[in-house]
Amino acid sequence: MWVIDVVFSLPVLVLGLAILGFTGARTRVLVAARGDIRSLSDLPRAHGLNAFFSVIIPAVASFVLLSLVRLIGNQQGIETLSARTGFWVVLAVAAIGGVSAIRRSSAGFRARVASETWIKSLLIAASLVAILTTVGIVLSMLFEAIHFFRQYSWRDFFFSTDWAPNFRGNSALGILPLLWGTLYVSFIALMLAVPVGLFSAIYLSEYAGPRMRSVAKPLIEILAGIPTIVYGLFALITVGPLLRDYFAQPLGLGGSASSVMTAGLVMGIMLIPFVSSLSDDTINAVPQAMRDGSYALGATRSETIRQVVIPAALPGIMGAVLLAASRAIGETMIVVLGAGAAARLSLNPFEAMTTITVKIVSQLTGDTDFASPETLVAFALGLTLFAFTLGLNVLALMIVRKYREQYE
Amino acid sequence: MTTTANSLLVRDDRTKRRNAAELRFRAYGLGAIGIAALALVLLLSSVLSSGVGAFSQTFITLETSLPEAKLNKSGLRDPAVMAKVSTFGYAPLLRDALLTRIAELGITTSLSDKNVDAMISKEAAASLRDHVLANPDLIGGKVTMDVLADGRIDGYFKGRVTMESAARDGNTSPEALRVAQRLADAGVIETRFNWRFLTAPDASDQRPEAAGLGVAILGSLYMMLVVLVLALPIGVAASIYLEEFAPRNRLSDLIEVNISNLAAVPSIVFGILGLAIFINFSGLRQSSPLVGGLVLTLMTLPTIIISTRAALKSVPPSIRDAALAVGASKMQSVFHHVLPLAAPGILTGTIIGLAQALGETAPLLLIGMVAFVREYPAAYSHEAGLFGEAATALPVQVFNWTQRADPGFAERASGAIIVLLVFLAVMNTVAILLRRHFERRW
Repeated sequence: MWVIDVVFSLPVLVLGLAILGFTGARTRVLVAARGDIRSLSDLPRAHGLNAFFSVIIPAVASFVLLSLVRLIGNQQGIETLSARTGFWVVLAVAAIGGVSAIRRSSAGFRARVASETWIKSLLIAASLVAILTTVGIVLSMLFEAIHFFRQYSWRDFFFSTDWAPNFRGNSALGILPLLWGTLYVSFIALMLAVPVGLFSAIYLSEYAGPRMRSVAKPLIEILAGIPTIVYGLFALITVGPLLRDYFAQPLGLGGSASSVMTAGLVMGIMLIPFVSSLSDDTINAVPQAMRDGSYALGATRSETIRQVVIPAALPGIMGAVLLAASRAIGETMIVVLGAGAAARLSLNPFEAMTTITVKIVSQLTGDTDFASPETLVAFALGLTLFAFTLGLNVLALMIVRKYREQYE
Repeated sequence: MTTTANSLLVRDDRTKRRNAAELRFRAYGLGAIGIAALALVLLLSSVLSSGVGAFSQTFITLETSLPEAKLNKSGLRDPAVMAKVSTFGYAPLLRDALLTRIAELGITTSLSDKNVDAMISKEAAASLRDHVLANPDLIGGKVTMDVLADGRIDGYFKGRVTMESAARDGNTSPEALRVAQRLADAGVIETRFNWRFLTAPDASDQRPEAAGLGVAILGSLYMMLVVLVLALPIGVAASIYLEEFAPRNRLSDLIEVNISNLAAVPSIVFGILGLAIFINFSGLRQSSPLVGGLVLTLMTLPTIIISTRAALKSVPPSIRDAALAVGASKMQSVFHHVLPLAAPGILTGTIIGLAQALGETAPLLLIGMVAFVREYPAAYSHEAGLFGEAATALPVQVFNWTQRADPGFAERASGAIIVLLVFLAVMNTVAILLRRHFERRW
């Protein structure tokens, strides 16, 4: 019966206690005030709220702590405490919190300050989630990657040009062909996205009138809102066959619909709005006085843009390109559907190659065995990818930040 | 200035070159915008044109006789006994009905019984069986039902299968298409709007005509609920702390750097996090909307935090000062005055964050949401807990269908994309309208 499940579940019981605490504390100070709340230092509601948080917050905190202890225990194979004990401990913590808060409630008690301290602790906890996520990402990949490197030599992983996983063992798991595919696809994507994005940003911020801007800017931004799976499908059903039938086969360069070129071009389209909106911001931030100075010397508009505006905005544009590159390296669905699955070191852009992200997906879906290097390699790949993109992001942010200080 | 021909009114070569360069430069800019617009048009039109087919479906209207001797040998109308007759017992009945119909219409054909059988979807027998088991009294009489036509026949009426491609196809033949055309002329076969595409669960490899998005839409809905319930409060709380309370110190710097980095971490890394922490470490269920929702929450948080902080920043300090001046505490000034004024901006950011989460695919692949799920997941069950039953999600279903061999699934995948894009368009429009309606300049 789900009704019984719900009524006797921990969250509902704790919430019940909290509401009891609220009314308890409120009633207590109201009685103490003998109906005249002017004698209280804080409103009865504040006393109630303090009791409410005194129940909820310690209970949730103890629940999280106990769960963590239990899970770590399970991981090590030790029986730390049963779910039943945990249930009662949390309830006890909630009850103690409530009772002590009610007992503290008196006419002179600064309940508003106390309850706001609780709220502030909640706010801090919420903002710590960001740090916890990063720690979680690093730890989750680090532990499994260490497992991997115990079974497989790091030299082979980083310097071998062979990728041939074999679920019966004896796999070759060199990252180089995957890295090559990743960089090749990203390179083609940037070759399309950077000129197109940059030129549309220049046109929109320097030439276009307000009407053109109000049409073209949202149009380009729609591209940014389209999920990557849509781009992936576009690569798979339209761009891939098109490139194969009209370029690769007539030129004798290969007969595969999924290729570096397919994935690269489609990814390039995806990145256009990235490059364009970020460079648009930085171009707009260049002070008008610099342009005016250039015009005064007799330069045409395009000369001003090329020789004054772009150099001034260059750090911001560099930042945009680096962010786009990090996006390209980490992009998954377009390459899964468009680039192919064959690990290959080749210069021919019409051949199917594969990337780090594709292999993370293929090694971690389907039947996985978390003791075998063939599965664990995905974590080492993930860590490499994370390190790569993190480096690019930090670099980009540093450049952009430094630039911002210049003109503001 | 040696010659007198250098008048300001006559353009010299250098000026002409410079003006030409100016024009060229402008043309590059327009060209770039043109490329972007063309890409958008191509993208949308290719998906739309290959996907509209999924919204209509070909049905055959058949009057099937249900002989007692075959379906209910025991003579007891006991559902448990009747359920022993599998779909293999029902398929010949449908075939006979279609053969009868063909004969009635006077269509002569060289098709064998087996070929006629292949014109009806394999799903049809299952739905006839379900219908009969639900209404045992039908046995012994006749029932008129619209059953699904096979994927190839369906493809023929949508233009995907042609006489030429059928000649090369082992699963159908030009003759079958000819018969189907005659049946369509007689009104027995009809192509019409297909609600089942939005409501039915996924179907196995051989029956693309029966596959639907029901489970995927439900799964996505559950995940969006989880994301909304978790990401909105956590994101708003974090933003309030960072924007209103955080002292300038190492810790708040660290948090800021973390948030901006998380916004740029590749989505697949969040999938690895989900697999390692939520599934392997915490023991939550694979393919469950709960785990999917948690992963998407972590991904959406930076988006929500960034837009919430922008909204809080746009509330002028005079509001806070006024509240403090009449005796409100800092907390009260934020919760009673700043937050309500920032609410429209927060809401807009949240909707955009949810739209992003709805389209995310890669991390969900890693936490097992690619599984084949035919049961509608319940929001709560005793064994699996809240949002614990296996489900898929809209974008993952698209990926799933692209991996299947039958060309009918390519159409389904594009159709699913259309559904996804409609959802996204609605969400973004609502966000834009909200922003327009509540936007306030101080």
